[in-house]
Amino acid sequence: MTTFAIYAIGAAALVAAGVHGALTRPHLVQKILSMNVIGGGVFLLLIALAYREGPAFADPLPQALVLTGIVVAVSVSAFGVAIARRLHARMGRSGLTEGDLE
Amino acid sequence: MILTPILLPLIGAFLTFITRRSAPLIGTATAALTAASSIGVAWTVGRRGFLSYPLGDWAAPVGIALRADGLSAVMLLTSASVVLPVCVYAVGYFRKQAGEAHAAAGFWPLALLLWGGLNGLFLSGDVFNLYVVLELMTLAAVALVAIGSEESGLAAAMRYLLAAFLASMFYLLGVALLYGAYGTLDMAMLGARLVPEPAAYLAAALIAGALALKTALFPLHFWLPRAHAAAPAPVSALLSSLVVTGSFYLFLRLWTSVFAPIASVSAGQLLGILGSTAIVWGSLQALRQQHLKVMIAYSTVAQVGYLFLLFPLVTSAMATAGGADAWGVSAWNGGVYHAISHALAKAAMFLAAGTIVQALGSDRIVGISGIARQLPVTTYAFGIAGMTLIGLPPSGGFVAKWLLLSAAFASGQWWWAIVMLLGGILTAGYVFLVLGQELSQAGSDHDVEMKPVPRSMEYAAFALAFAALVLGLRVTEPLELLRIGFPFGGS
Repeated sequence: MTTFAIYAIGAAALVAAGVHGALTRPHLVQKILSMNVIGGGVFLLLIALAYREGPAFADPLPQALVLTGIVVAVSVSAFGVAIARRLHARMGRSGLTEGDLE
Repeated sequence: MILTPILLPLIGAFLTFITRRSAPLIGTATAALTAASSIGVAWTVGRRGFLSYPLGDWAAPVGIALRADGLSAVMLLTSASVVLPVCVYAVGYFRKQAGEAHAAAGFWPLALLLWGGLNGLFLSGDVFNLYVVLELMTLAAVALVAIGSEESGLAAAMRYLLAAFLASMFYLLGVALLYGAYGTLDMAMLGARLVPEPAAYLAAALIAGALALKTALFPLHFWLPRAHAAAPAPVSALLSSLVVTGSFYLFLRLWTSVFAPIASVSAGQLLGILGSTAIVWGSLQALRQQHLKVMIAYSTVAQVGYLFLLFPLVTSAMATAGGADAWGVSAWNGGVYHAISHALAKAAMFLAAGTIVQALGSDRIVGISGIARQLPVTTYAFGIAGMTLIGLPPSGGFVAKWLLLSAAFASGQWWWAIVMLLGGILTAGYVFLVLGQELSQAGSDHDVEMKPVPRSMEYAAFALAFAALVLGLRVTEPLELLRIGFPFGGS
């Protein structure tokens, strides 16, 4: 098995675990964390893709993408946690109920 | 030049954030300047054709290119013509809304941020830059849903945020696969290098799924009705008209450029089937709602369905020799025309609904009977906007439906025509349900309970509805602009 395959399988496993968590966990903070696990998988894939053969070096572009992606994911997570906290403070609950769906 | 429609709203967002008291003034001024610069870009595209600008003089594949063609120009103009009246409306709306100082302070910077992201979306030629501006737009949209005082708004914003976050992760995964397989992020280069292989199909499926979730295509629309209905009226107008259009634009852009080599007829048919289900299901849901704003939000779910009928028609045109000239052009024009007229009409409808809610303090459809006497301009605006959504002549919606119908018949895919006509009838059902209540004589006892509403709010909604009507009378100019950079062959 090549090194890249190990990273790619790891990335796929992280994405799958994250999607599973995001869909099945009721707690909002757990949902937000699951999204970050998906993000971890995506970033891992991008970093693994940066490897170049020949004289081995790392393509800098995917690393720049990962940095930007992390910034975006952190801001979205912070905002999500802020909303979750306010929901908890106002309504005393930490998940979304079916009532919000209708 | 091409940068100004992106930079101006971002500067304005910053200024309105630090100067809270004069935010309405600065916000409206920024909106006017941005609209002027959007017109400038569209004018240049109309005169000189396709525009391209490499940021910082870095050429693709390393640099990021901004591009403007006919589709971008039309979209820039649409967002300018929606945001400007909404800003005028918002000045009056937030002044009257007692205890909403918090919401007003949030509205201006976020709305301008949203617009900056949206214009960035229309002008980007790079799939990763698109990810960034899409995030900017979505974050601003989620925050706008949360600024209202109602608790339902918070829960709706949370659901919206989670759906959007999941979608952006999938989009980014698709982008990562594209870069891994083809070594570039530039849309034009990707389109030239893409070949049918597993990585390309997987990337296409991930990105299409992500954008379907962001556009609220049935069955991924679950977050939309609550989020759009719970927000303050000017916010609902922006979200339901522009944010939905923005992610549809991205879907269309990628489908016809990057993924054109692998866009199969069966995938197009699948999108058409989902769109048709959205039309029927969304309209039926709209018919059974008791609250005006929820009804209009479900109408958006249905109208998004019409937008996706573009894909089976355009894809079959790309796959058939001579199809582009025979029906590809009219399908393309019809779909985009529908996006524009829906954006204008839906914004008008939400603004009109917001005026009614502010006057009556409630948005139950049964409670609005006889309101036409007190708010004639608002009733007019709602009626004209409804006309466009139904597709009655001479509105913009009529032109769009007519173009789509003729494309459906020319390509032999008559089944889409049935869905379009059925959707028109259902739309007429819920529009006349509301109009009938507004015009009814029964509720004359409202005279005392009505709160006065600023004139500017009534006329802002009317201006939007009127613009949707004018779109049906002046068809040549928008369609000519749209032809610049028409993505497939036949000119």
